Amino acid sequence: MILNQFLLLSAVLFCVGVYGVLARRNGIMVLMSVELILNSVNINLVAFGAFRDHVAGEVFALFVIAVAAAEVGIGLAIVLLIYRNRRSIDLTEADLLKG
Amino acid sequence: MNLLAAAADDGDLFVAQNVFFAVIALVMIVSAIRCVTTRNVVHAALWLVLVLAGTAAQFILLGSEFVAVTQVLVYIGAIIVLFLFGIMLTRASMGDDESVAGEKRLMAGLVAVLLAVVMGVALLDSYSDTRLVIEAPQRFSAVSDAIFSQYIVAFEAVSVLLLAALIGAIVVARKE
Repeated sequence: MILNQFLLLSAVLFCVGVYGVLARRNGIMVLMSVELILNSVNINLVAFGAFRDHVAGEVFALFVIAVAAAEVGIGLAIVLLIYRNRRSIDLTEADLLKG
Repeated sequence: MNLLAAAADDGDLFVAQNVFFAVIALVMIVSAIRCVTTRNVVHAALWLVLVLAGTAAQFILLGSEFVAVTQVLVYIGAIIVLFLFGIMLTRASMGDDESVAGEKRLMAGLVAVLLAVVMGVALLDSYSDTRLVIEAPQRFSAVSDAIFSQYIVAFEAVSVLLLAALIGAIVVARKE
């Protein structure tokens, strides 16, 4: 195996996630795309950890997983709040703070 | 082509690994694209499961069993369930997601392709055929030793962060 195959895979997944964040209007879909992005970061971290034969990559991947769990919890709570107030989770309609 | 040549002359030992990598990577990329393009939000969550499971398989290929197990437990076990609950509670979107504006989709696709090209060129330039030799899987004990000695401060900070996120989510989502 070479290092690049993992790095390129994670780059592709990252870009798919970026597309999802930019193109989708459903709040839950945007959160799922953020999960895709965080996952690709994890692949990168573990691949470099294996490459350097160092445990830091795995440790930080575990931290990223924990932070992702926290992020999904808060994000879904916010989406629920938006739904309760507006009966819709279309993010293009949530423009109260728009100047 | 550099990439293919380097992957090919790894020797017999790594052929199986490369085949597994290719199959899993293909499944992951197709699922990821289906996940961000499908209309049905529940289907998107199920496609996301495939991507996450593929990631766990890649972690095993990289010799990181502990991260792979954590990935299955936390992502597929907990986060997907959370997503499905979110979809259920905001049942307005249970069926089809409203169609995305064409222009927005075009711009997003353009940004994603540009980003992919930039990152791909940078990666091919800097790590064109760097070998990745995994002699032995990382030991669980090495990971836990590192977490509880060198990274103990970060670990405690993550614990407090998770607690804060838990309380915050309850406070935000609670009915008045």
